[in-house]
Amino acid sequence: MSTAELNKQVMQISTEDRALIKAVEHGLPIASRPYAEIAKNLGTTEQDVISRLQQLMDNGAIKRYGVVVRHKELGYTANGMVVWDVPDDKVEEMGMCIGKYDCVTLSYRRPRCLPDWSYNLFTMVHGSNRDEVTQKVEDIVEQCGLQNIKHTILFSTRRFKQRGASYTQKDTAAVNNKTAKLHLVR
Amino acid sequence: MTNSINDYTPLEQHLLNDFQRDMSLSATPYADMAKQLNVSEEEVLQSIQSLQDRGVISRVGPVFRPNRIGVSTLAAMAVAEQDLECVARIVSAFPEVNHNYEREHEYNLWFVVTASSEEHLDIVLHEIEQHAEYPLMSLPMLEDYFIDLGFTLKTSAQK
Repeated sequence: MSTAELNKQVMQISTEDRALIKAVEHGLPIASRPYAEIAKNLGTTEQDVISRLQQLMDNGAIKRYGVVVRHKELGYTANGMVVWDVPDDKVEEMGMCIGKYDCVTLSYRRPRCLPDWSYNLFTMVHGSNRDEVTQKVEDIVEQCGLQNIKHTILFSTRRFKQRGASYTQKDTAAVNNKTAKLHLVR
Repeated sequence: MTNSINDYTPLEQHLLNDFQRDMSLSATPYADMAKQLNVSEEEVLQSIQSLQDRGVISRVGPVFRPNRIGVSTLAAMAVAEQDLECVARIVSAFPEVNHNYEREHEYNLWFVVTASSEEHLDIVLHEIEQHAEYPLMSLPMLEDYFIDLGFTLKTSAQK
């Protein structure tokens, strides 16, 4: 599946909203009137910022609004990306079943990439250590009836980068060229 | 390096647990939290700042839904062990990359790439392959089966 098909879901974003998204995507100012500060930088009013954020929430562009925690720093040091090779007509049912567990934070269908990659359901399972994650996966297999579904757990061993997504880069290819080349020496 | 959840003050535990979703869109969100927790706004601001400085929270604000205001994909590479740190640095240097993890598998480098348009995403994926000198596998999300309710912490202050 190409990104072109995915693009059907993408909303048209006005220049003003693009600027607003850029101002908030890495977090609100920690100040008494955060939206007033954002408004000042954007040359608009506090009320305008709030009502446009409300709109982005109403039309589904914003999935969640609040404190974004980092699991590892909270003692959930083990996270396993559990991938499953599920028959196509069962993906939704099984994805919903796995997605409702407390220890699970993601449940996505993704394309297979044959012959190298046959897994089509991706879930993220968190725990305080590996054994706990493995045990939780065994419980999920049991309770969702996944005994005959091939799966594997990819534990993370190092985190190189974690931050909020950035949706507002311009054409950064030229900039990237410079940045990446700095690190190319092997 | 990693803290236990019980290392946090009761106020911090509440801030971590109670406001992961549905934070009010009022002009004074931190004062609203303070009122709900029966503390001063100053205490909330200081605690949030401290949690952020310690890297416990990444930010306060919106989490955008994948593929609504931009396009994203999960990419994986199978990188030789001796090249991994170098390739990881190259990948992380792209502003379009927001998560980048080593995982135990033949495909050992996994990262999320987000861009404002499909064209931009394709260019970035191509650039990453060129600079990293490894091919990547792109696995865009097709369907989301997870209702995001935030992350529940098991703390001594809560049951």
